[in-house]
Amino acid sequence: MIKLTVNGAARSFDGDPDMPLLWYLRDELGLTGTKFGCGVSLCGACTIHLGGAAARACITPVSAAEGQEVVTIEGLSPDGNHPVQAAWRDLNVAQCGYCQCGQIMQAAALLKDTPKPTDQDIDDTMSGNICRCGTYPRIRAAIHQAAGQTPASKGERL
Amino acid sequence: MIQEAKTSAKRMAELAATEPTAPARLDNVSRRGLLGGAGALVLALSLRGPARADETQTAEQKAHKFGADGMPHGWRDDPRIFIAIAPDGTVTVTNHRSEMGQGVRTSVALTVADELEADWPRVKIAQAWGDETRFGNQDTDGSRSLRHFFQHFRHAGAAARQMLVQAAAKQWGVPASEVTAENHTLTHAKSGRRLGYGDVAAAAAELPVPTDVTLKDPKNFRYIGTGKIGLIDNRDITTGRAVYGADTKLDGMLCAVVARPPVYGGTVKAYDDSQAKTVAGVVKIFKIDGGAIPSEFMPLGGVAVVAKNTWAALKARDALKITWDDGPNAGYDTDAFRKELEAAARKPGKVVRAQGDVDGAMAKAKTKVTAEYFVPHLVQAPMEPPAAIARVKDGACEVWASTQGPQAANDRLMKALNLPADKVRVNVTLLGGGFGRKSKPDYVVEAALCSRAVGGAPVKLTWTREDDIHNGYFHTISVEHLEAGLDDRGMPVAWLHRSAAPTIGSIFAPDPKHELPFELGMGLVNTPFALPNVRMENPEAAAHVRIGWFRSVSNIPHAFAIQSFVAELAHAAGRDPKEYLLALIGPDRKIDPAEIGDVWNYGEDPKRYPIDTGRLRGVIETAAKGAGWGRQLPKGRGLGVAGHYSFVTYTAVAAEVEVDDKGQVKVQAIDIAVDCGPQVNPERIRSQMEGAVVMGMGLALTSEITFKGGRAQQNNFDGYEIIRIDAAPKIVRVHLVPTGAYDGPLGGVGEPGVPPVAPAIANAVFAATGRRVRQLPIRDQLSA
Repeated sequence: MIKLTVNGAARSFDGDPDMPLLWYLRDELGLTGTKFGCGVSLCGACTIHLGGAAARACITPVSAAEGQEVVTIEGLSPDGNHPVQAAWRDLNVAQCGYCQCGQIMQAAALLKDTPKPTDQDIDDTMSGNICRCGTYPRIRAAIHQAAGQTPASKGERL
Repeated sequence: MIQEAKTSAKRMAELAATEPTAPARLDNVSRRGLLGGAGALVLALSLRGPARADETQTAEQKAHKFGADGMPHGWRDDPRIFIAIAPDGTVTVTNHRSEMGQGVRTSVALTVADELEADWPRVKIAQAWGDETRFGNQDTDGSRSLRHFFQHFRHAGAAARQMLVQAAAKQWGVPASEVTAENHTLTHAKSGRRLGYGDVAAAAAELPVPTDVTLKDPKNFRYIGTGKIGLIDNRDITTGRAVYGADTKLDGMLCAVVARPPVYGGTVKAYDDSQAKTVAGVVKIFKIDGGAIPSEFMPLGGVAVVAKNTWAALKARDALKITWDDGPNAGYDTDAFRKELEAAARKPGKVVRAQGDVDGAMAKAKTKVTAEYFVPHLVQAPMEPPAAIARVKDGACEVWASTQGPQAANDRLMKALNLPADKVRVNVTLLGGGFGRKSKPDYVVEAALCSRAVGGAPVKLTWTREDDIHNGYFHTISVEHLEAGLDDRGMPVAWLHRSAAPTIGSIFAPDPKHELPFELGMGLVNTPFALPNVRMENPEAAAHVRIGWFRSVSNIPHAFAIQSFVAELAHAAGRDPKEYLLALIGPDRKIDPAEIGDVWNYGEDPKRYPIDTGRLRGVIETAAKGAGWGRQLPKGRGLGVAGHYSFVTYTAVAAEVEVDDKGQVKVQAIDIAVDCGPQVNPERIRSQMEGAVVMGMGLALTSEITFKGGRAQQNNFDGYEIIRIDAAPKIVRVHLVPTGAYDGPLGGVGEPGVPPVAPAIANAVFAATGRRVRQLPIRDQLSA
């Protein structure tokens, strides 16, 4: 029996301890905000926070989360208004949106460690997260905005 | 009033009972929720279904099968299909096109809301299921959604507004001409009376739909053309609540993966599942028939594993021992095939456009330039691999799928399951990217076969990234052979272009081995240059994999070759490449595409959509100006330009690149200009261009699928490289030319940004290094 915390709730799991957290979250807990993109830690669509740090759920076995705190996009902010989420909406970053939960989780972890990231910091930290729609210019802008390095736009939904 | 609302609610409840099961959850708004709410839903859903397009179209529309008229099931503009207004005034717009990042849900909603004079915060969006008889055409590809439906959605919104006005006038006993509708409020100015939309929606629903509809004057638009509307799905997307193909939750749902033949046309000879069956959680392992060529949109066959979770299904699939019969494509090798294509392109082929005397002019030309360009197979690789959930039970099938073609999926499900139309329902989720892959519903059928095999439990089917890359519908592979004879000013007097590429037609019928009109019309025969002598040929090329649409399709190789060749000719002539390109395009004029061999013209009326060379010139000049064309650049940097007409839109890219001493290409800045006529949602046009730049960069710099022994050699994002944020340019400037008049023809937006990117980069590389790139991807070609 593996015990862990997911978005603040205590959970226990007695299935295959090798099961990646991704499938545990999606298939067992119904937390579908964490996405499958590659299965081998190449794209970042499944990025979560494990013990406060960004991790790829697709290659992290449930057993590795024993006794740890897992936070998914659903638990990033109680009202969905984490500064990164707000900046993402303000700049209309998303196109299809599929990778954006992973992007947001990675960006939130970046800002926690590096509150005022440079472009190089963004390149270094965000390069593991692929966006096939090509929203990178806006991802970069949104991270700077969430960090307070640029003012919010006037583009918010009417 | 109360009585009317009750009657209406009762009617809706009856309707709801006869409706096929609604999706468990459709993002913001559940249709079930709306239907079931007390007194809810007033305008939408007439008792009688709408007439088919061929019954409602005028004689003139029937005669001209262009645009939406020419698409299967045409279009609808009946507000009762698309607009619901609840008693609290909430407006729900039903969007029948698939959302895959192009922003169609937002753009459709804002279009209806504007004509309806609705207050945007009170507008919600619902997603239509697959039913083209009801909604009109739903094939979300070809950059067509707003092009074909913008005016019809305007009409629907305006008609609903007039119905609200009439209902209010009736209630007040005043002429409708004295009532105005503005921002969710109906006003009778003379008496100072006001009503909300929800107050009269029930009464409005009883009125006939007006045939004489007055659209708003565009100067009064609140939302259309402003670019001020945020994405309607923003909150769901940023909080993880958005529902994609694998995200619908159903009780007792099982999970499946399929082991497919590694070679197109292969079949299962034998399989041993004795180990796979021992994996905890496995429910069923069974063979899916398939393997016939052409496979069309149907499954490839293979061995399916259904389990209690995806992890168990994946482990069991790994434990399967399958012996494949690889079939006729076992020898497919892209290195060898490229040589075949080159050989074909060096000999005369089927003539697809001919003007003047190319051979005679070529013989007399002062200089002759010949070049060949190669573009490899690509795969769309949307971040969400193909995904669908299906439940096949009690003689009916319901699916929840990430699909660009819900009607196509519906038809294939009927065929695969031998069910009538009224027993199949395709609910459409958000798509985690499409790019053409999800126009083919093979995976939706697989999910249904899995559910049927386990006796009707809902099954969620996952394609892994390896599945997506190995078993794709690949972008074609092509050799473009160009020859030009130049006069003493360096301008071409003869132009020969041979394009050799397997055709998408090969998935539908015995391989025609020639490009179809829609492929030839993607930037080959409709090249609008002022040339006296032109011949274009299409030599034979056989398909050995499933060939499919990839965002912007055949425009990719055609634009890469032609726009690179123009720069090569400019160099040969010693002229500035931008000036040379403009000279080749020639004086501003409108060309009937049919006159230059393009009978297709993206399905649009050549009179409404001639090729306008002035607009092409305009975007080239705009992009070049934005990039500061002609300025001095540091060593190792260069500017390149390319312009292209596709999807009845004009785009141009000016790229600034840096090539370092190791031969690595860094794209420093991109200026992209677009002229798509009327701009419905400029904010999303910008985002589509930004995204197209990145996708175009990927195919220019890093992405390639190769085959050996019939098998794709790439597996995942390590071998199939996609542009990441560190390689994306920090500067992407999108230049929208001023919007066209809103009653004028719209151009496409989703795809036209892609084609000019690769040639602009290749031309910039030449400017930076003097080295000409003639094959994609560039990768490390410059490091030697």
